[in-house]
Amino acid sequence: MLIPHPLLGPRDAQEFTYLGDAALLNRPEGGDEAAFHAYTHLRDNPAGPHRELWYHEQGDRSWLVVTRDTATHEIVAAELAMDVKGAAR
Amino acid sequence: MQFNGLRLLWEGLTGHKGWGPLWRDPDPKPEYDILVVGGGGHGLATAYYLASIFGQARVAVLEKGWLGSGNIGRNTTIIRSNYLLPGNEPFYEFSMKLWEGLEQEFNFNAMVSQRGILNLCHSDGQRDAFRRRGNAMLLAGADAELLDRDGVRAMYPYLNFANARFPIKGGLLQRRAGTARHDGVAWGYARGADRKGVDIIQNCEVTGFRIDGGAVRGVETTRGYIGAKKVGVAVAGSTGRVMAHAGMRLPIESHVLQAFVSEGLKPIIDGVITFGAGHFYVSQSDKGGLVFGGDIDGYNSYAQRGNLPAVEDVAECGMAILPALGRARLLRSWGGTTDMSMDGSPIIDATPVQGLYLNAGWCYGGFKATPASGYAFAHLLATGRPHDTATAFRLDRFARGCPIDENGAGAQPNLH
Ligand SMILES: Cc1cc2nc3c(=O)[nH]c(=O)nc-3n(C[C@H](O)[C@H](O)[C@H](O)COP(=O)(O)OP(=O)(O)OC[C@H]3O[C@@H](n4cnc5c(N)ncnc54)[C@H](O)[C@@H]3O)c2cc1C
Repeated sequence: MLIPHPLLGPRDAQEFTYLGDAALLNRPEGGDEAAFHAYTHLRDNPAGPHRELWYHEQGDRSWLVVTRDTATHEIVAAELAMDVKGAAR
Repeated sequence: MQFNGLRLLWEGLTGHKGWGPLWRDPDPKPEYDILVVGGGGHGLATAYYLASIFGQARVAVLEKGWLGSGNIGRNTTIIRSNYLLPGNEPFYEFSMKLWEGLEQEFNFNAMVSQRGILNLCHSDGQRDAFRRRGNAMLLAGADAELLDRDGVRAMYPYLNFANARFPIKGGLLQRRAGTARHDGVAWGYARGADRKGVDIIQNCEVTGFRIDGGAVRGVETTRGYIGAKKVGVAVAGSTGRVMAHAGMRLPIESHVLQAFVSEGLKPIIDGVITFGAGHFYVSQSDKGGLVFGGDIDGYNSYAQRGNLPAVEDVAECGMAILPALGRARLLRSWGGTTDMSMDGSPIIDATPVQGLYLNAGWCYGGFKATPASGYAFAHLLATGRPHDTATAFRLDRFARGCPIDENGAGAQPNLH
């Protein structure tokens, strides 16, 4: 798979490590046990478009939010996670 | 369909024209007592034990494709009970004992072969961990032997004992482990269940659940609505998709695992060998192909095929212990969708919806569990109580802070 890095252009997915669903960006405040359990353990796990976190460990060390189809492996978008997070604020 | 030597001789002389199907192909009835969703190994074994041990007469298995089209027909057939944790090991040893009597039980040749599994260790720390694991196995009634370097060399002299980066320090051997013919297991359970009156309904995809007042009433399928008092879901890699129809989010991610088989070779590996410093395992099929695999690719996937980085990684790990592998040509590779749980251990439990039960989270290792998983799930469906060896496989264990994390990797499915 080639990931279209917003700054560096197409990069081999091998340069990245995978974390999981991009919902992990929205970490709940401490104290709410049920919300924290859901955040840590429960996943939508869709068959189809999936927004997910990839870390460019062997590159510029940025976190990306990649939109990829889990049924075909087609990658349709990649954004810097800091932009996504910033827009959500 | 029954087999015997005379019949085989007769069919051999008359062109094999007289063999019939092994199970019926019935249309779904309007209602059953228990519906099992998923005609893989676990679903078929569940139906078999429901009918044979728990006396359930009105049972059906609903399979979206053809029987055996999922992971039961894609795995690398290793069976073993070499787990560490008390929540796991008694269950896997129960499974191993069921394997040992399986062919007599359902009167079908599943080619269960107790050829032994050898886990290699490459450091002193790993040897200590293996000693601990071996003792845990012995405590649960399984067999385990710790081999030193010479013991390993006596078994497999052609392994790479000169590797400076990953020296072979010894290994943990379970002689009763081995392999079984995966298709044979599915066919044996299917024929056995069918004979005991279970309806096996293929090409019947469950597309929704009818839930009324918090209790399940039946399922919507591509062949119409089917009513049921209880529904047990055992759809492995499709668990997330199917349970979403019941509005559930689960502690599971679907990932792809690949496997490989070489051209047929003369006998070289008579057991199963695993590499301890990376992820690689290999055995040799009765046809001569080296059957091997390694880690999951590592990202969510339902595609049933993987990518080249995982292929390269498996090849590198293989070459680190078995340099002769480099001369073998690869015949085929394929992928299957595995239901990776948050702690790497399975779930066999009731769900918040009354009458709806879940069997899932088998990761890359559910083939060995097939008999015990079917038995324990049938026990739960029939009696409402978990089987004695499966009491730890609860759905709410993550919320309670009681995961069964063999690898100590945390809530990160692609690391289990
Ligand atoms: C490459 C590979 C190698 C493996 N190697 C090993 C190994 O060496 N040892 C080991 O112990 N384990 C191994 N495993 C894991 C093992 O194969 C699985 O954990 C196990 O087979 C899963 O249980 P099952 O047989 O019931 O799954 P499956 O055979 O996948 O059964 C699930 C069934 O559910 C059906 N289904 C899905 N959705 C629906 C629906 N909506 N309605 C109706 N039916 C539906 C599917 O079509 C499928 O037939 C391996 C897996 C893979 C992919």
